[in-house]
Amino acid sequence: MLYNEPSPLEVRLLTRRFGLPNSASIETYLATEGYVAFRKALQMSPEQIIEEVKISNLRGRGGAGFPTGLKWSFVPRQSPKPKFVVVNADEGEPGTCKDRVLMENDPHQLLEGMLIAGLAVGAHTGYIYIRGEYRYLIEIMDRAIEEAYQHGYLGKNILGSGFDFDVYTHTGAGSYECGEESALLESLEGKRGIPRIRPPFPAVVGAFQCPTVLNNVETFCAIPAIIRDGGAAFAALGTPKNGGTRLFAISGHVNRPGVYELPMGFNLLRMIHEVAGGIRNGKKLKAVIPGGTSCPVLKAEECDIPMDFDSLARAKSMLGSGGVIVMDEDTCMVKVALRIMKFYAHESCGWCVPCREGTLWLKKLLTRFHEGQGRRSEIDLIGGLARNMLGRTFCPLGDAAAMPTISLVEKFYEEFEAHLDGKPCPYEIKTAVRV
Amino acid sequence: MTFSPQLEARFEKLLRSYPPGRQRAALVPMLLYAQDEVGAVTPEVVEEIGRRLGVSTLEIEEVISYYSMLRRTPAGKHHIQICTNISCMLLGAEELWEHACRRLGIGHREVTPDGQFSLEEVECIGACSWAPALLVNYDYHHHMTPEKLDRLIESLRKPQ
Repeated sequence: MLYNEPSPLEVRLLTRRFGLPNSASIETYLATEGYVAFRKALQMSPEQIIEEVKISNLRGRGGAGFPTGLKWSFVPRQSPKPKFVVVNADEGEPGTCKDRVLMENDPHQLLEGMLIAGLAVGAHTGYIYIRGEYRYLIEIMDRAIEEAYQHGYLGKNILGSGFDFDVYTHTGAGSYECGEESALLESLEGKRGIPRIRPPFPAVVGAFQCPTVLNNVETFCAIPAIIRDGGAAFAALGTPKNGGTRLFAISGHVNRPGVYELPMGFNLLRMIHEVAGGIRNGKKLKAVIPGGTSCPVLKAEECDIPMDFDSLARAKSMLGSGGVIVMDEDTCMVKVALRIMKFYAHESCGWCVPCREGTLWLKKLLTRFHEGQGRRSEIDLIGGLARNMLGRTFCPLGDAAAMPTISLVEKFYEEFEAHLDGKPCPYEIKTAVRV
Repeated sequence: MTFSPQLEARFEKLLRSYPPGRQRAALVPMLLYAQDEVGAVTPEVVEEIGRRLGVSTLEIEEVISYYSMLRRTPAGKHHIQICTNISCMLLGAEELWEHACRRLGIGHREVTPDGQFSLEEVECIGACSWAPALLVNYDYHHHMTPEKLDRLIESLRKPQ
């Protein structure tokens, strides 16, 4: 089901079946070009499939934005070990709720994307790693998998092609860090989600120590359209090197928050004002976190920007997971920094000292600041502590905690100053964040 | 210890899901599914799953302590998990949380004396665009307000 009204400005490619009767059923899927791309891919060589994905300029929708075709090409052609396709459905980046609607409304699109990936790299088994809280999606995916077996799209000798492919769901049990690919693979093997040192990358040593294609739900969901309509058609929807559409989850102080599918490069201000209906209660825009809480914040005057990976990188932020968090003029940015750090301190696994200690100390410092007990010299200490975490951990969780913090201190320095010397929060936030 | 036929069927399917010799992969799903039935990951659950997978109790304890959804003591019949992460916070999740605590007379990870309700403040549950949001067991409730929460609690209190 849909939780918000669609916008007329959307370009609905991955969400084209949303809202159809029984959109999750295989009957609806087959009646709307379902598994057409897989049939086409059966006639293509693995190299042709990967080439088409490269042409599409599809980049990883989990957050890193790595070119998908290139990632697939790293999987060794010849391997004595079996290969795997793994879907990262551990959606947990605060501000992000798009993979949920993709699996809920069109589970077969995901399965078809996995099948095509299997053909491209020579894998015969796929796992969908779904976060534990998304239990109802496990039921939906299991039902879709069962339908696919019944209709001969999964199992042995699929459609008489000689190609075998099995898919299984796998539940997590509450961990943000397992959304990081190497931690996810550890978790899939029944262990703590402690990240692995890389290289080797999962393409070579992944699930069960075997070559693995690991992508986000939305990335796999884009594959059927790319193979069906051609990589060039997908690429043409976006901006150079940023192909296709993207599901943006808009949240916070807007009139119509929701998940909207828009072309890559869609202007952020238009997204806020035209797609999401502008800022609530006639307030002014203050800041936006453009791609989930790991991304550096943008001030209102920086928001006239195309939403693609490269434009956001030039603005020293990130497109991330597409979670657009909008904040109005009454938002206390010290409190925002504190809430973000409280999250990362909670989720840090403790494996790497800079992250474990850094997030904890920053949480303590920011708590004191928000209570009005900060000292002037400590404003720079916040940024300094965060910078000391950058690049010094196995997985990007440390960076994810540091980057927004550094940007919040730099861009909203005066708000940190306004909290000094026992002064109460100028925004009169009713409740302090509990620590 | 014995589990229901439904859970046994689930376990059997899980054990067939992984490559030969890799049955330990079923550990986290087995712990969570067992918890759903038993109410908590009790020492008996740990022992039984360890026996089936050939994994030591110590190794299982190590895994349990990592995952936030796994718990040693049962939650209430209705486990209310309120997200206070940023998108929900911006739209009043903290007020919602305080209201829930007052209303039920319990705090974070506490259970009401009658065992009907428990509360947990949780991190992002993937409902940011429909905030503030909460989960009751595995059911999502979007666009929450203190008034809607009161009505929800009343409807859960009624015998089904």
